[in-house]
Parts: sequence; structure tokens; C-alpha cells
Amino acid sequence: MKSKNFFKFLIAMLFVFASTQSFAKTIKWSMQGDSLTLDPHAQNEGPTTMVSRQIYEALVTRGLDMSIGPQLATDWKTTNPTTWVFNLRKDVKFSNGTPMTSEDVVFSILRAQQRTSDFKEYISTITSVKALDDYTVEIQTREPNPILLNQLSNIFVMSKKWCEENFAMAPQNWDAGQETFSATNSLGTGPFKITLREPNTKTVFKKNSKWWGEVEHNITEIHLLPIKNAATRVAALLSGELDVVTDAPVQDLDRIRSSGAHKVQSTPQMRTIFLGMDQAADKLRTGNTGDNPFKKKEVRQALYQAIDIEAIKKKVMRGLSEPAGIITFPGVTGYTKELDERLPYDVDAAKQLLADAGYPDGFEVELRCPNDRYVNDEAICTAVVGMLGKIGVNVSLFAQTKSKHFKELKDNQGDFYMLGWGVPTLDSHYVFHYLYESGASWNKVNFSNAEVDAAIRVMEGEVDLDKRNAAIANAWKIVKDNIAYLPLHHQVISWASKRSVDVPIRPNNEPLFRFSNVR
Amino acid sequence: MVMLVVAFVSFSLFNFVGDPINNMVGEETSDEDRAELRETLGLTDPIYIQFSRFVINASKGNFGISYQLKRPVSELISERLPATIELVLLSALIALVSGTLLGVYTGINRKGFLSDIILAISLLGVSLPTFVIGILFIYLFAVILGILPSFGRGEVVSLGYWTTGFLTLSGLKAIILPSVTLSLFQMTYIIRLVRAEMMEILQTDYIKFARARGISEKSIHYKHALKNGLIPVITIAGINIGTLIAFSIITETVFQWPGMGFLFIQAVQFVDIPIMSAYLVFIAFVFVMINFIVDILYYFIDPRIRVKAEAVSG
Amino acid sequence: MDNKNLTLISRIKDSDIYFSFIKSPTAILSTLILIIIFFCSFFVELVTPYNPFDPSSLSLMDAFTPPSWTEEGLSKFILGTDGQGRDMLSTILYGSRISLIVGFSAVIFALVLGVGLGLSAGYFGGKYEMIVMRLTDVQLTVPSILMALLVDGIARGIISRELHDEMAIYVLIFAIGISEWPQFARVSRAATLVEKNKDYVSASTIIGVSNIIIMFKHILPNIMRPVLVIGTIGLALAIIAEATLSFLGVGVPPTTPSLGTLIRLGNDFLFSGEWWITFFPAIFLVILAFSINLLGDWMRDTLNPKLN
Repeated sequence: MKSKNFFKFLIAMLFVFASTQSFAKTIKWSMQGDSLTLDPHAQNEGPTTMVSRQIYEALVTRGLDMSIGPQLATDWKTTNPTTWVFNLRKDVKFSNGTPMTSEDVVFSILRAQQRTSDFKEYISTITSVKALDDYTVEIQTREPNPILLNQLSNIFVMSKKWCEENFAMAPQNWDAGQETFSATNSLGTGPFKITLREPNTKTVFKKNSKWWGEVEHNITEIHLLPIKNAATRVAALLSGELDVVTDAPVQDLDRIRSSGAHKVQSTPQMRTIFLGMDQAADKLRTGNTGDNPFKKKEVRQALYQAIDIEAIKKKVMRGLSEPAGIITFPGVTGYTKELDERLPYDVDAAKQLLADAGYPDGFEVELRCPNDRYVNDEAICTAVVGMLGKIGVNVSLFAQTKSKHFKELKDNQGDFYMLGWGVPTLDSHYVFHYLYESGASWNKVNFSNAEVDAAIRVMEGEVDLDKRNAAIANAWKIVKDNIAYLPLHHQVISWASKRSVDVPIRPNNEPLFRFSNVR
Repeated sequence: MVMLVVAFVSFSLFNFVGDPINNMVGEETSDEDRAELRETLGLTDPIYIQFSRFVINASKGNFGISYQLKRPVSELISERLPATIELVLLSALIALVSGTLLGVYTGINRKGFLSDIILAISLLGVSLPTFVIGILFIYLFAVILGILPSFGRGEVVSLGYWTTGFLTLSGLKAIILPSVTLSLFQMTYIIRLVRAEMMEILQTDYIKFARARGISEKSIHYKHALKNGLIPVITIAGINIGTLIAFSIITETVFQWPGMGFLFIQAVQFVDIPIMSAYLVFIAFVFVMINFIVDILYYFIDPRIRVKAEAVSG
Repeated sequence: MDNKNLTLISRIKDSDIYFSFIKSPTAILSTLILIIIFFCSFFVELVTPYNPFDPSSLSLMDAFTPPSWTEEGLSKFILGTDGQGRDMLSTILYGSRISLIVGFSAVIFALVLGVGLGLSAGYFGGKYEMIVMRLTDVQLTVPSILMALLVDGIARGIISRELHDEMAIYVLIFAIGISEWPQFARVSRAATLVEKNKDYVSASTIIGVSNIIIMFKHILPNIMRPVLVIGTIGLALAIIAEATLSFLGVGVPPTTPSLGTLIRLGNDFLFSGEWWITFFPAIFLVILAFSINLLGDWMRDTLNPKLN
């Protein structure tokens, strides 16, 4: 009797699922990690922003082609070099039906400036923000800011009323482990709203029927199912349990393509991978020569020319990397094709350079690598070890998890290490400020050049774009001639999906499901 | 006492491993922010203060807040607990039932062809590491045949504090591969154990006597022999529930099963100290409980122990 | 000399073990396989021309060469190459050597510890015996994987990194050994209890032979049969445990990969068509463990000790 009832119950459940599934256009989306918090101002981190971007909106936003365009603001003007006026859309409602006004925008920008916000650095130049009327907002900056729109595109707008009602006036203090309503719930103006949130397991987005924009997608639901293990993620995609994977492993792309039911999109990501060599220490910590060979430019060049980057591209990256000459990529102010040219791969020249520098028999050094940060990071390092072995440089590889890798680099323990750098502001200054300036926090090769430091000052204060660009170009030339770092390649990202699912790929690795369709 | 030792080990051990700060912040965070965070989390206090704080909190079921997920560890554990318990219990059941059946069969039909096959396969089962079986299953059933899901629990139904995958079709489908994978190793043990017990018991005098009395073979096998053979089986099965929980770390990793083992491995990768120590304390607790329960079961099933115990106490 | 050898050989020939050995094809076959594997692993330098761990001899462009019998295969790489251009066959044999060293050492460690404790517990009895047996009970409930994770974690904490890479293999041996000793202790205690009451032991005690000598000279040889069976099965378990730990990433360092490490690294290429990178190490591991288990099984049936 009991089992009969149970069976009936099962059948009933089956019908429920069958019937819901036939109407819904659902995209099952997976990647390695999950959003850390739903509070849109608490964490400036890739997957977190990816999730926020589907439910929250900003004054301006980058479209599919990465150009900045209007979103909650219809248009804007600068009344003087430090004053911006934004006109807001009048038909915007939060997903609970309350209209969005300039009050919410002012509140959100101020919220993102609070101490617990992870976006405060982005908008630190904003000195005041006020509502001129219900649909006009005025923003003042400390000095002329040519990249204010870039920065505002990452500041999501929340409802003031909702935050008040739910005690979420300040961003969640993520670092201190604070729990807030806003971290597990959300109310945005975006094209989707979150209806179920199980961190690291499942997040369900539903179409926001009150969205103001013109609907270009046909999705009713998105299920985000993070899967840590790459092979499992691929297996789930191939078996049809997933629709789209936004970090498909390079080695599996052919297999995914060959399934017949799937497709792969790839695009250069805004991140460059490189090797650093401490060129200031008097003696290498892991060396055997009693001095520091990296002090000599010839040695750095020898290592550079001993690396067969095309072989790495072909075998390790399966063709999905762009060999790099500088640590920045197309689209960033200051990037040019000429700068991005590499020194030629030439083992004989490398050996000669080593001999000229006084190390005809090579030397020993340890290469530090992360093993869970960049695409095939450890495999790249292993390949580099083999290549340097051919010119007599005996490298021992030390690969470890990213947390320890970065910590120990910060503690100045690295002679020779791998690092990757992205440029969220799309301006070269970001790279120089962190990687090349004397004593900069991530300048762990201890590069120091007065002319470069001066050029960085120019990048920060110069409003004349020609002069500023000249300073950037000069700085790039100096650091490239000095071989301050050993650039490897620009990362390429790949998204894999069912053929019937269209999710356009974007170089910042952020999907926009409002442009997605399921056939 | 045992718990306290485990608590200390789990606490102190992970105090040496990795630095949580770097896991929590991006590579572009300044040194000052890092130092401040360290201060806020109490990571700069002396070890003994950190430990006493740990024990006091742990006894209240409070293991702090996960560095990675920013949620109370007790909440995370109780959220993941049902997944692991369901997986482990089903695996134990599969292993026990099929292991006993096959073991009895091979124990009775000692020289049969089928018995040889079963034994050879069971030997192969012991020789195949769990992770290899899991990978094989995923490849075969999920990728090539496409009939069973390769990861997760499917749809789960929430029953108050408990979430179960047994009430939905996708949930039932999802548990097949992981539970079978997890049970195989145990099953082979139980087959061999039951077989050995059966063979031994079938040669004892009282079975011979029962045969002589004309009791049917079936009754001899199942009523007399199996009943006695079950005692060590239950012990082993009990002890092995602990082993199953530990081995579920591997199975859950391979199948992305959202249970505690998976949480633990993720925590290890992230150096998420609160989760790791809570997991170890939990496991220790389970082992202590299992030992206790097995002792009690033993007492009820084997009259000799009961007699002995009564003699001692009396 | 000759005479002695002759008697030894004839003694072996006359023994029941030898008799059942030549009667059992599985025993002969598995022994044969094991001898081949052991030989190739320990004399790998003689067997293959490659040293996969000499970086200067590798070429990245050789990477992902399929096995020699496939279309794109090269005859110089019989089982193909891995993602770094290493010859699979030699990598597996080098890896198998690590696995075997860890397995053997762990079993010997467990054997010495377990037999030592079990024998003395059975011989002396009393409180000492109770403590030892209670310890085995507790130890038996802690699964090897957890034990090893724990030991490895502690070791990582205490030892500096440079040392840890060198010590990793000893840590692993200790971790696996410590989880296997109770089996030996139980069996040797049980066997000792039987032997203890035999006349020859009482006789020795009466004529004043010391306890140590009785234990090791008289009792030990008589309990070696069940211990050997446990040891053989334990070897297979140890090899699998090592592979599992290395698969989870807490085993031997990747600079000296064991079979488990190779499977873990190869697992990334399972779906990409480079099946040989994970398949060959996996099948090698299974054959190795299966052969040991077959042999152990046969030994158990032949020596028929009462195993608890």
C-alpha cells in the first residue's frame, strides 16, 4: 500500500517536472567558481560581477562589443571639466515594481564609496553626487577624470528603499565575514532576477518581466551550476546536462566541437601571462653561482630567446594564446602592434648571450608558479623548465596553489616567477603603476627606472592626450628594451555551449544573457 | 577526550598550512588591507588564545565563519550533511545487500563457475582505485551512453532541515553512479567476508548436526549459517560506514556531489581552516559514535558477549 | 655448499606450497607478471633509453604523440608521449618504481610495527595486550585516506617546503604504513596465542630461554605464514592508497610522479582524445594491483590461516 502511494507520488512529480520544462527556455550555465556574494558593492571579483551584471545595472555599461553606452542614464554632459550631469531613464522599475529615481542612483554611488565597499577605489575621485531632480544626477570629481564612465560602468544601482527595509545600507563587510540580507538576496533593475540561491551549488535566475529594455533574449530561466573539476564540467556539457560553460579547458575544445551538438567560441582575454626575474637582489635565494645572473640584461635576454613560445602555443595552449611582447593587450590605451612583437626564438643566440654574460655553463634557479590560477599555468612552467634546460639553465619548478604563490611573492621570496596581469581600466597606467613603478606593490622584479617613474607621473596628471600617449609609448619602449619582464602570451578564453544556445562571448569573460537565445 | 585531541590536531594542523588572507583577496590588494584583515580575523593572536577560542566555540557547535564562503560553518555543514548521509547510507546498503547475497552464493557453491567469476570480479574490484572507477563510470554512462547524470544531486526536495534527492526522478538518477562507485570497494570486502564465514560455519559441528537431523539445505544456509555469519559482517559494515564517509571525499570530488567531503576538499584547496577543522571534528565524532553503536549491536547479536558482560557486572 | 643448496631446492620441491603453486595457473601467471613489472621498474634505466625527468632531453614538440600503432604514432614512443613530450612507457616505469617503493616500504613499516606489537601483546598478555588491542581497534576505524591526509598535513606544517619535497615520500610511507599496522598486530597476536600454549614454548620457558629469544626465534617463524598473506594483500592496498593520495594531490611531488600522479595529470586529457596519457598508467596500476591480489588470494587459500 505504502509503496503504491509512493509510486503515485513519483508519477505526479514527474508530471510536474515535465510540464514545467516544456514551457521554459532554460539555460544551464557552469563555470569553475561561484559568485562570492550577491551584494553588488562587496566584492570586485570576476564571477561575482558576472552574476551581478545579470540582475543589476549601472548608469552606463559596456555592450557586446565592449564599447561604453547608456544604460540607466540616457545621456550625459560635462558642464565643466569636473562636473558631470546624467539624465536618467524615466521608465525604469526594480523587479518588485517600485520605480527607480535619482535618489536610488545617488544612494548607490555613496554606498559604493563606503569603507566596506570593494569598489571605493574605482570612484575615489568623486567628491560629490546629488540629485538635481527625480531623473537628473550631478557628479563632481576632484580633478578632470577621463575614465569616469569606465569606472561608473562597474557601479551597480540598488534600491534605497529596499536597502533601508532590509538593513543593507552599507555594503556587506566581506573581508570580516559579515552576513547581510543583501549578500543572499537581490533587487535590481536588470533583465533577470534571482529566485533561488544556494551558494556554490545552484543559483536560479528568472526573467524580469518588469525590465525596461527591449527584450532581445528568449530565456525564461538561467541556472548557474558551478562545477570545480574541469573534466566533470566537460562531461556534464557533453552529456547535455549543461548548456554553456564559460571556462572550457583548452585541451577539451576539439572533443567538444566534435560532439556535433556543441560549439566553441574563443576570444583573446584581457590578461597577459609573463615571467618575472628579480634583478635587484645581490644573490639569488635559489641560485648556485653566489651572485645574481638576472642583474645582467644579457642573461634576461638569453632566457627570453630560449623560450619557444610557438611550441607552448601549439602544444600547451592548443593554439589558444597570442604570443606577447609587452604586458598589455589590444584595446588598452598605449598598446601598439609593434610593441607587442617578441624577440626571436633562437637557442644559439641565447647560449652565446649566456656565455658573454659570464655563465657559459648556465646556472641554477627555482621557478615559482601557481597551479590553479591561469590557463594551464603549471604546464606552461614545466615547458619553460625544459626549454631553459637546453641552454644550460637548470631550473627547478615549484608549483603551488595561488594563495600561497601570491603570498610568498609578496614576501619577496621569488627569484623567478610566473604572474598574469589584467587591465580593468583599459589604460596602460594601471600596468605601470603596479608592475613597473619603483617600489610598486607587485613590482617583485625590483625594476627601477627614473625615466619610467617620471612618465608614470605624466600619465596621472596630463590632460593633453597626445602628450600623455607619448609618455606611455616612451615608458613601454624603456621597459621593453630593458627586458624588465619576460612576456609569454595573452590568454585566450573559450566558451563552449550547445549548438542550440547562443551566448555571445566577450573579452572580459562576462556573459550578457540579455543577448542570449535558445533555439 | 578523543574529541579534544582531534580538535587540537585539527586546529593546530591547519594553523600551519597556507595563508587564508591571500585566498580571500585578489592579487591587487594592498599590504595595509591585508594586515587589517589579518587583525580582524584574529589571526595575529597567540596560538593558545586562538585554540581556546576554537574549543569554546566548537563545543557550542560554532566553528566560525568560512573564509571562503563567508557563511557560518555549522550552517554549511548541516546544509551538506544530507547529501553525504544519503550517499553513504545508500552505498552501505548496496554493499551490504549485494555483498551478502553474492557472498552467500559463493560460499555455498564453492566450486561453481559463476562463483569463480564473481570472485575474480570482486578481486578486480579491490584492485581498482575508487577514482578510476568513478572516471570510468562518468565516461561510460554519462558521456558515451548519456543515460545517467555525471554530477550533482539533481532536483532535491526540502523537508525542513533535510534535503533529499530520493523524491525526484533526477535526484534518484543522480545518486546511482556515485553510490555504486562508492559501494564497490566495500562490496568486494563483504563478499569475501561472508564467503569465508559461510565456508567456515558450514563445516562446524552444529551444521553437520542440523544436516543429520534432516533440516532442509535452504534453512541451514539462511537460518543457521547466515545468522551466525552476520556478526562479523555487521561489525565490518559498521566500521566501514566511517570508511565510506572518508572515501566519499574521493567519490564526491569525482562526481561533484555537494556533500561534506566535497566541501572539505574545496576547503583544503582554499585553505579554509574553519571548514577543515569542523570536518575533522565531525568525522571524529562519527567514529566515536559508530564504535559505540557497533559495540552495542555486538552485545545484542552475540549472546556470548552478553553472558560474559553479565558475569562481569554480576 | 652444493649439498646444502640441493637440500634447499628439494625441500622447496617437496613442500606443499610448491606443489599447489605449480598446480595453480593464476598463481604462476600473476607471479610472472609481477616479476616482469618489478624487473622493469627497478632496472628501468636498462629497459628504456629515455629519462623522462631530464628536461634537456625533452622536446615539447613531441608532446601528445599517440601510441606507435596508431596512425600518427612514432615507433620511438611505443605508448606515445604525454603533454610535456615525455615517453609514456618510461614515465610509467619510473612512476611504477616510486609506487612500488612506497608500497613495499609502507608494508614493511606496518609489518615490523604490527608484528612487533601483536607478537609481544599475545606473548605477554595482560594490561599491555589490552592497550595494544584497544589501539588497533581505534586505528582500524580511522580510514587510511583520512589518516594520510592528517599525517601529510602535520608534516607540511612542521617541515619546511624544500625539505618536504624530499621528505614527501617518507611522509607517505609513514602515513600509509601507520594505517595498515593493526591488521598485522591482530593476526600475529592471534597466531601467537595459539603458539604460546604449545609444548615447545613451555619447554623453552622451563629450560630458561629468554623471552626475546622465544618470541623471535621460536614463535616468529611459526606465525609468518598468515603475516605474509596479510603483507601481500597489504601491498596491493598500499599501492592503491598511494595512488589515491597522489590523485587527490597530497602524495609524492609531481617532480617524481607515481602512477597516481600520472593518472591525475592525465585525467585532464580524458575528453580531449589523448586517452593514452591516463589510460596506460591506470591499466598498469590495475594490472599491478590485480596480480598482487591474485597472488595474495592464492596464498590465503593455500596457507589457509584463520584471518580475523
